[in-house]
Formats: sequence, C-alpha cells, structure tokens
Amino acid sequence: MKMNITNLNLYYGEHQALYDVSLPVPENHVVALIGPSGCGKSTFLRTLNRMNDLVEGVHIDGDVRLDDEDIYADGVDLVNLRKRVGMVFQRPNPFPMSIYDNVAYGCRVHGLKDKKRLDEIVERSLRGAALWDEVKDRLNASAMGMSGGQQQRLCIARVLAVSPEVVLMDEPCSALDPISTMKIEELVAEIKKHYTIVMVTHNMQQAARVSDYTAFFLNGRLIEHDKTDTIFTKPHMKETEDYITGRFG
Amino acid sequence: MSFKKTRQEFIADLDNLQTKVSAMGERASQAVEKSMRALVKGDKLLAHEVMREDDVIDDMIIGIEDDCILLIAKQQPIAHDLRVIATGFKISTDIERIGDHAFDIAKTTCDLETPLEGKCLSSVQELADCAERMVQKAMQAYRARDVQLADEVRHMDDEMDKVFARTFYVLSDYVKQSSDDNNHVTQLLFVARFLERIGDHAVNIAEWVIYLETAERIHSKKHAE
Repeated sequence: MKMNITNLNLYYGEHQALYDVSLPVPENHVVALIGPSGCGKSTFLRTLNRMNDLVEGVHIDGDVRLDDEDIYADGVDLVNLRKRVGMVFQRPNPFPMSIYDNVAYGCRVHGLKDKKRLDEIVERSLRGAALWDEVKDRLNASAMGMSGGQQQRLCIARVLAVSPEVVLMDEPCSALDPISTMKIEELVAEIKKHYTIVMVTHNMQQAARVSDYTAFFLNGRLIEHDKTDTIFTKPHMKETEDYITGRFG
Repeated sequence: MSFKKTRQEFIADLDNLQTKVSAMGERASQAVEKSMRALVKGDKLLAHEVMREDDVIDDMIIGIEDDCILLIAKQQPIAHDLRVIATGFKISTDIERIGDHAFDIAKTTCDLETPLEGKCLSSVQELADCAERMVQKAMQAYRARDVQLADEVRHMDDEMDKVFARTFYVLSDYVKQSSDDNNHVTQLLFVARFLERIGDHAVNIAEWVIYLETAERIHSKKHAE
C-alpha cells in the first residue's frame, strides 16, 4: 500500500468531522472518494498531506502512513511531505506569472536553479499534463490568459514538476466544461502509471470511469470501499446504492 | 442532511418498463395457451388469431427496447437500476421467442389438412402444460421480484426434459408401429420441440430475475448436467 489510513478521527474544535476511518490506498491506482456535500470526503483528503494543519482548532487521532511512515509523527517536514503528496484543487489556481514560471515554481522553492534542468522539468511536466503542444510556443505568456481547462492541467503540471508520489485531487473537474473534463480524466488514466491518485468527485460517472477503487463517505463515516466495478454494480450497503443511484440528496 | 427521495421520474420510468415487460409476458403466455387449444381442437380460426397477435408481441419488444435505450442514454443507470434495464432487454427477448414458438404451433394447426388424433395429442399436452406453468411462474417471479420462485422454475426444467424425452419416445414409437401417413406425428415432434424451447426461455427469464435481484450470474448448462 502506498498510503494506509487507520482509525482516523478528526475534530474541528468540539465538532467531530471524521469517525474511525480506515482506508488503504494502493500504489499506482486511483481511489475515488464519493459522498454528499459535508460527508467529510474533502476533509479526509486534506488529512493525507496535512493541509488541515492550517485550519485552526483541528485535531486528529489515528494513523496516516505514507510508505509505512507516520506522516503525523513529530519532526515530519511538511514542505517535503507536500512535495511527496501533491494537491490539485477544485478551482484552477495558477499563480499570476508565466506558464513556465508556474511549472518551475515548486522546483525553485526546493532550490533548483539550473536553467537547463528546469527547462527539462517544465517540458516533461507539461507533456505529462497533456498541455505541452498547446503552450510550447508561449511559455512566457501569462498563465492567467489560459482557458479554465488549460489552467487546471497547468496546475497538474505544477504538481508533477516536483515528482510527487501521491496526487490528491479535490473535485478537479467541477469548474470545467465537458471537453476539458474528458482531457483531465484521460490524463488521470495516463499518470496513474507513475503516481498514486486520490480524487474527490461529485460526478458518479467520473468516479466509475477513472477510478480503480471507490470509497463512499456519509456523515463523516466511511460506509464502504471496494473495487469501483463492485461499488457501481453491486454495492454491499443500502446507503451506497441509494447514493450512487441518486435516491437521496 | 435531508434524505428525501429523489429521481422520482426515473423511478417511475423503471416501474413503467417492468410493467411493460410483465404485460408482454402475459401476452406471450396467453399465446402459448391459445396455440395449444387451437391445436387440440383443430381450431384454425383461433390459430390464425394467435399468428396475428404475434405482431402485437413484436411491437411490444420494440417499445421496451426503445425505452431501455433512452433510459441508458439519459439516466446513466447503475447498480439495481442498470439491472432493471439490462434484464428488461434480455427478458423481453426471451418473451418474444416464446411468442414466436406459439406462432409456430399455431401455424402447424393451420397447415394440417385433417384433425390430429387424440392419442398423439395427449402425449404433447403434458409437455404443453409443463411449458405453460414454467412461463407463468417465471413471469410471476419477475413481477414479484421473487428469487425463490425463479429458482423453482429452474428446477422445473429437469421435469420438462423428462417429459420431453418421454413424449419423443412415444411419438417415435407411434411412427414405427403405424402404417398410416406419419405426417401428423412429424408435426407433433416439431410442436414438442417448440414447447421444450419455450421451457428453456422460461428458465432464461428465471435466471435473469435472479440476476436482477442478486446481481449473481447463473446460467444452466444442459451439457454439463
């Protein structure tokens, strides 16, 4: 297992948002997290690279392991953790700088200055995000002038540039049109050969299409997780069937 | 968080689809019964009616298939919803074949130049009773979503096979002993085969009912048995 989460509880102050969640994340696979709004899936996703540390009053207990290392252990370097476990957000959030500088940003933060090496990484990352052909002639143009779909792929390229091991995606297509959504889905299918992906999505068909495993959350609890083929054809729990077939909202 | 029921229209569409499949099954079941009644009584008028009504069954399957295709295109069904649609497709095909065999039996009646003899007829009547019971029970299992009832239909097929073997033996024996024109017996051998196939389609329907409710794929293999 690339990541292993065991008996995870999370509290926002007095309010408990996650209850005893245990979920294995296999390497080079896509795990989709589904569930109604407020069920805790995004909260859970953010525990995987300690993004919740930034929220005041959050405390957690339980065990979150990356390659069998406890990511909540004392002395864990958060910058390095987030390099290993990158994140793509719901809305594309390019920095107000050039396309090139966006992709090179993470490597520069980590101290890389060699221009030739940076060029290689930028090209490799943009190719990896299926964006190179569209932007190779305007790498110095502002990223803010790109379409929403291109901006999201740029954000993926920015994550890939620092060679992460796990990529977290929080509803990466919810702000995109259908064509851009398809491009991102194809991209996910491609990059899972090299990365482990955990994706929150509200789109059932997207979860069915792109993921290998699906985990269904409800009211802060993990109701069930299984192979995606099983969840979408023969879920074990009635709550899961009711949710994926749209029987409650 | 509210758990109010959603997708009411889709749920109604799925119910409607199942009602249509049940109605089609009812028509085919009646067609089998009428085709046998026509055969036994030599009633060509009734036989022609069965043949005409097969067009209605054929129209019904087109309507069901169109509904299924539209629901897949518009609703992206999954899990049990998808199985309702998939089995709607499959079961309606089996029902349509049952209707075709009723048509074949009716056509046999129409083609006969003289009425059939009682001795030959009684040998296929038992087979017809068995086939009709299997179709009725399979459709009852579908309507009631009753897996146990569907399983009973699967086991009725063993009895059906025995009756068919016995009927075949009786008719073959009749051919050997009779010096008359054997055309009637040959026709009845065909009818026996049609009835046996109707039983097989009833078993298929029963197996789809089990899949619909449990997602378990079951398929009887005659050769393996």
